[in-house]
Amino acid sequence: MTTKTEQALIQKAFQERMDEDELLNCMRCGFCLPSCPTYIESGQQEAQSPRGRIALMKAVVDGLIEPDEDVERTLSLCLGCRACESVCPSGVRYGHLLEEARDIIAQHKKMPLPVRLIRKFVFAGLFPHQERMRKATALLGWYQRSGLQTLVRKTGLLRLLPASFRQMERVLPDVPTAKEMKNRPHRLTPDGAVKKRVAFFAGCLMDTMFLATNDATLRLLQLAGCEVIIPPSQGCCGALHGHGGEKEMAKELAKRNIAAFEQLDVDYIVTNAGGCGAFLLEYDHLLKDDPQWRERAAVFTAKIKDISEVLVELGFHQLPLRVAPQTVTYQDSCHLRNVMKTATAPRRLLQAIEGVDFREMQDADRCCGSAGIYNLMEPEMSMQILDHKMDMAKQTKATTIVTANPGCLLQMKLGIEREGLAENVRAVHIVDFLLEAAEGAQAEKEGTHLRQTS
Amino acid sequence: MGERVGPLIPNEAKKRLIQVVGAENYDDTKAGRLVYSYDATPQFQSLPDAVIAPRNTKEVAEIAKICNEYRIPIVPRGSGTNLCAGTCPVEGGIVLLFNHMNRILEIDEENLTATVQPGVVTLDLAKAVEEKGLFYPPDPGSMKISTIGGNISENSGGLRGLKYGVTRDYVLGLEVVLANGDVVRTGGKLAKDVAGYDLTRLFVGSEGTLGIVTEATLKLIPMPETKQTMLALYQDLEAAARSVSKIIANKIIPATLEFLDQPTLEVVEDFARIGLPTNVKAVLLIEQDGPKEVVERDMKKMADICRAEQAVSVQLAGSEEEAEALRTARRAALSALARLKPTTILEDATVPRSEIAKMVKAINEIAEKYQLKICTFGHAGDGNLHPTCPTDARNREEMERVERAFEEIFAKAIELGGTITGEHGVGVMKAPYLEWKLGPAGIAAMKAVKQALDPNNIMNPGKVFAKSTRKRVVVTR
Repeated sequence: MTTKTEQALIQKAFQERMDEDELLNCMRCGFCLPSCPTYIESGQQEAQSPRGRIALMKAVVDGLIEPDEDVERTLSLCLGCRACESVCPSGVRYGHLLEEARDIIAQHKKMPLPVRLIRKFVFAGLFPHQERMRKATALLGWYQRSGLQTLVRKTGLLRLLPASFRQMERVLPDVPTAKEMKNRPHRLTPDGAVKKRVAFFAGCLMDTMFLATNDATLRLLQLAGCEVIIPPSQGCCGALHGHGGEKEMAKELAKRNIAAFEQLDVDYIVTNAGGCGAFLLEYDHLLKDDPQWRERAAVFTAKIKDISEVLVELGFHQLPLRVAPQTVTYQDSCHLRNVMKTATAPRRLLQAIEGVDFREMQDADRCCGSAGIYNLMEPEMSMQILDHKMDMAKQTKATTIVTANPGCLLQMKLGIEREGLAENVRAVHIVDFLLEAAEGAQAEKEGTHLRQTS
Repeated sequence: MGERVGPLIPNEAKKRLIQVVGAENYDDTKAGRLVYSYDATPQFQSLPDAVIAPRNTKEVAEIAKICNEYRIPIVPRGSGTNLCAGTCPVEGGIVLLFNHMNRILEIDEENLTATVQPGVVTLDLAKAVEEKGLFYPPDPGSMKISTIGGNISENSGGLRGLKYGVTRDYVLGLEVVLANGDVVRTGGKLAKDVAGYDLTRLFVGSEGTLGIVTEATLKLIPMPETKQTMLALYQDLEAAARSVSKIIANKIIPATLEFLDQPTLEVVEDFARIGLPTNVKAVLLIEQDGPKEVVERDMKKMADICRAEQAVSVQLAGSEEEAEALRTARRAALSALARLKPTTILEDATVPRSEIAKMVKAINEIAEKYQLKICTFGHAGDGNLHPTCPTDARNREEMERVERAFEEIFAKAIELGGTITGEHGVGVMKAPYLEWKLGPAGIAAMKAVKQALDPNNIMNPGKVFAKSTRKRVVVTR
């Protein structure tokens, strides 16, 4: 519940901070409607569409309505997938509007103490600190390996958690040990001649819970002919903060990353998570009002490139690649597709692998419902969207669902669990799959058996 | 919730309406009302008192009865993509949604008809009939999201209007709920029907002012065997316009004959990025469908005509994907123009196609006179042009010039034997000019029909007939 005083403060901040030109640029043509997952899943409710949300933001600015709980509700139900931006002929940057509105609301609304504590812990205490991320991951690893997980699952203790958290617990990957996480190299040389010099953005979650995928990424870059630099002072990209209404903290993280990379003489800064990549790509917008950082941010963002694009550019898809025969489909990461505009490169890579029968699923470009921590915050809508997605995936008869973002990957795993398909279908990050294919070809050359990652 | 009742809906009426549709289909929250306070028309916004989503015809009839009794305005709304403020609830009341009434009821391959509920999205219908080798030709620019009910109410046109006509030409029968709650059925699956007045045609394009369409039987035709698309480029605007007249004069009716000028091309390319030329003054997007030999013959002939009229280049689309990209780009023209300035005023002047060149010339002269940028694109083949002015509503002085410029454009269209709207409808936007087209007797005849069917004026009031000379101002109840 937002009090009248809070509403008045939020309204005032809307009037001061929302970009009026951007709000006016929406000419309400409605072309965005069919692209919006929440509009579709809500049974065509205008309030759950980008056009409706922009109208509400504008109405708050114009003083037509107060930012009451209904307004807040429609803003929080948005996935932030930005599919609407790709189809908007007027070029409205909806994502920026949403981010600003959410930040205003989060900053002015007095949240209940437990929520505040959790937010503080997650946003300020955990994600920005890689050492703590490692400890938390190690703790999770201990939980998984000590037998405690089995015990907890058996005793039904999990029932104390909300359903959305319970489901997430089931699909978390087997995480690395503390020791494995410590041995992060700072520089790698390619196999053969240096074609490009790149820096690798390791991320926070990717470099702990998904460490194996990061290692695979580095290996692929070496195979493709890259000298890779991994600056140790980098950290969390801040996407979670930016999307969750903690913009100031996101800015601090952005500055830290810019500083960590700007001295390096590299062609690209490579990312392997759509969500992080898209946020890094918009650091210049995030810091647009900061004269000291605006230029530095622009130099940084100009170098951001997704791993698939880099691999295609370096002709990785022409190398021998082979997996055991299987049907494969690809689930776009929204931010990779809609913000980084990377959609064909991953498909080209997958189709180049011998043994892959690639089948495009219908609405592959529609959000899977993961959307950062959306699946934990809005489980009902998230699961509805996921169920639709799994229907589409099933129609392709794919046994491998490839994604390009950790959130999507977990969500796909969750979908597979929910549909009871775990026996026959797996979800895998594209870099893990590509490494599997590269090693598969190598193994065949050496006459050994093909291995499968899981 | 309780006390959120808008000024026009007494508590008792609210209770009865909720009894009919259920509380989950009745919304009078502020946010819920606000998001149905607009359509795609720039500058118009007015709040309804409630938003109601009925599930069937019976509920619609009950709603009409209650509203008639309490004199509550009803504004039926599809996806709100119209450009004449036709679904803006300018006098408040209820906005009626068709989210629950969105099924294709039947595709009859023997009679070549489709029977649909009003909430069906136009493209969904087109795809569904295409799967059966059939064709529903009306294709408004917003067909990806517009609904059949909205198309019928507005008598929407589209890119294929020249050869195939508009929505009206495909409506065979309707089920309509009248203001008093009576349900009437007009026409049916018949090619021939001369029994009495043609009520079907009366309701089509009546913009929700005479009744609420709850079901429609539509005519389908066989899918043309093949289709080809080409782009003709010009360095001279009027040469492009002359080509249009020459093509028709040569007894060719292409399926599509679209015109885009340079500023439009630039913004469209900026959005679509499909390699449209932006260094020419105008392009014609030309399409023909039908039997292969006919298509090939017509395309060759049209290419020759374009070249003879100084087209600098004529290019055939290499594949269906390429052709579809061109069509998509054209459909996005209006919204893409919003990239130039925050407010985009789009108009809909139509002239006999022989007068296209004169009209294009006049538009440019008027733009110059009022020091405005007016981009022009549209369905050149059927004489339906969309002169569009990118402007900024916050600049009152410029808005007044825009107002006067468009007044002159409409006057010119009428002078050339044309009309004030070819496919967008009258709504609120064109109401002040309707008399120019119809004369006082024409207006009186239309008002008599309205009075007979809706004596309490609850059906989409404030539309078609001007209440005042008030024009482009923001209305907020």
